[in-house]
Amino acid sequence: MRVIVCVKQIPDPEIASSLFKVDEAARKVIPVPGLPMVISPFDEQAVEAALRIKDKADADAVTITILTLGPESALTILKGALSMGADEGVHLCDAALEGADSYATAVALTHAIRKIGDHDLILTGRQAADWDAGVVGCGIAELLDIPAVTLAKDVQVDGPVVRVERVAGDGVEVVKAPLPAVVTVAHELGQPRKASLRETMRTAQKPVAVWSAADLGLAAGQVGEAGSRRTRERLYAPVSDIFCEFIEGETPQQQAAALAHRLHEDGLV
Amino acid sequence: MAAPSDILVVAEAADGALASHNYEVLGLARRLADGGGGAVAAVLFGEDANGLAPDLIAHGADSVHVADGGAFATYQAEAWLPDLAAIAKETSPVAILMGHTAMGADLSPRLAFRLETAVATGCVEAEISGGRLLLTRPCYGGNGREVTSFRTTPAIATVKVKSQEPATPDGGRRGDVVAVASVLDPGDIRVRIVGREAGTTGSTDLEQARVIVAGGRGLKSRDGFALAHELAEVLGGAVGASRLPCDFGWCPPSYQIGLSGRIVSPDLYLALGISGAPQHIAGCASARAIVSVNTDRAATIFGHSRFGVIGDCQEVVPALIAEIRKIKG
Repeated sequence: MRVIVCVKQIPDPEIASSLFKVDEAARKVIPVPGLPMVISPFDEQAVEAALRIKDKADADAVTITILTLGPESALTILKGALSMGADEGVHLCDAALEGADSYATAVALTHAIRKIGDHDLILTGRQAADWDAGVVGCGIAELLDIPAVTLAKDVQVDGPVVRVERVAGDGVEVVKAPLPAVVTVAHELGQPRKASLRETMRTAQKPVAVWSAADLGLAAGQVGEAGSRRTRERLYAPVSDIFCEFIEGETPQQQAAALAHRLHEDGLV
Repeated sequence: MAAPSDILVVAEAADGALASHNYEVLGLARRLADGGGGAVAAVLFGEDANGLAPDLIAHGADSVHVADGGAFATYQAEAWLPDLAAIAKETSPVAILMGHTAMGADLSPRLAFRLETAVATGCVEAEISGGRLLLTRPCYGGNGREVTSFRTTPAIATVKVKSQEPATPDGGRRGDVVAVASVLDPGDIRVRIVGREAGTTGSTDLEQARVIVAGGRGLKSRDGFALAHELAEVLGGAVGASRLPCDFGWCPPSYQIGLSGRIVSPDLYLALGISGAPQHIAGCASARAIVSVNTDRAATIFGHSRFGVIGDCQEVVPALIAEIRKIKG
């Protein structure tokens, strides 16, 4: 059985807001010097979900393929996933693929998935923590005409069926879908494992294919910015105009009374 | 012939009623349509859903397509998509709008790809400028905003809950109710719901809550975290948390608010003993008002708060509970 996990390299989403800067003319985020790019956290949990499936099966019965689209530096997160225990990698690395919107990204990934060949399960994070769109996973499923299940907190493969516990409002919905299928993973899945020494040692021997748009049979007009269906007209960092009114008081009781009064006055309580 | 500002709204009913965000989406749809002389059509899926159509019309829909049937009783993407795609092709709207709810986030990308067009999720602003639809959405955990246009039609967008003024109802409005002749082949439904555990997380639906009391490190223990529950109960709100209480098991992981958890937008967000790490702020920054209690005057959370109390939650919160009880009588 093959599980393909789609992962994305992004700027560290945990940086302080004050470090977030955009180049408005280029409509791009300015990388913070010295801060590493990381795997999008939900994607790392998707890798974990794949590894849990492999843990339960005979190790040789499950091949985990990590698929990423990004510049040369994205090889780092691909290797990171291999050192967690994934088996092989595919890196879509081509200047023509850059600047893609969710549509063009899903098209490129779908072509890569077809080229990889037989696959049973495709996992990805519920959204990438840079553009926060949450579109590509379902997009791949539509393009491949296979089922998609979003927001998984538990993913189990049982023969030709995937059983998913998904986060639904205040509860959990249990669904089953025939394979192949796409499942997007939510943070409720839990902490991903760390890279193990054993797997890190083996990473150098694990195969990583590097493919261009041409390798995928895609013309320049079908991928990247040219193949996108949306245009980013503007990118900016909104200015916060919030001014905090500190509630004074000699004692906690006085502070609490004054706060309750102000909340009531402003119609908040 | 479709007008260049015709809008299609995908309505969302729950427990036989329209959730309030429907009126916000209709309010936006009406403003966009009126700007270009277009019409607003709504699509409603459900079982015995006809009764809700007049409410959609009163809130601005010119017509309502009702897909009525047992297959539509509960939202399921694969059951809704064939008819939705067919209606979209038939009415050729310039945009298809729906709430950025669990349903909207799940449905909109699939609809976009099925119609070979693009989607913008979680939009907070929309305008038609020079004949082009421009949508604004937060990105980078709320640190950035992008304005996007579309090269294909229809443009599909999910609208962030509480980002739009709701439509004012007018019982005198008239509109057409169209019964959808469903094209759904039940054999095309591949995903089966086999079980549902409501409320197993012990937390109410945080995304829909009007008031959220969130606890952080400053509550110090599982017992201390109980203060958040107590205050939420007095306020009729839901309970959330920053990451640490979830990691320490003071509350379930589903309580976590932040970039790697729930993204919420209540009217009132009470942050108890939360310092305001960027990843937490990303989850709560769109609350109408954040009110924080923290011992550290330099805590980042105060920079995002309308009101701040410098003090120990163990002392301030019990007093606050008593004061709010007095107000509520």
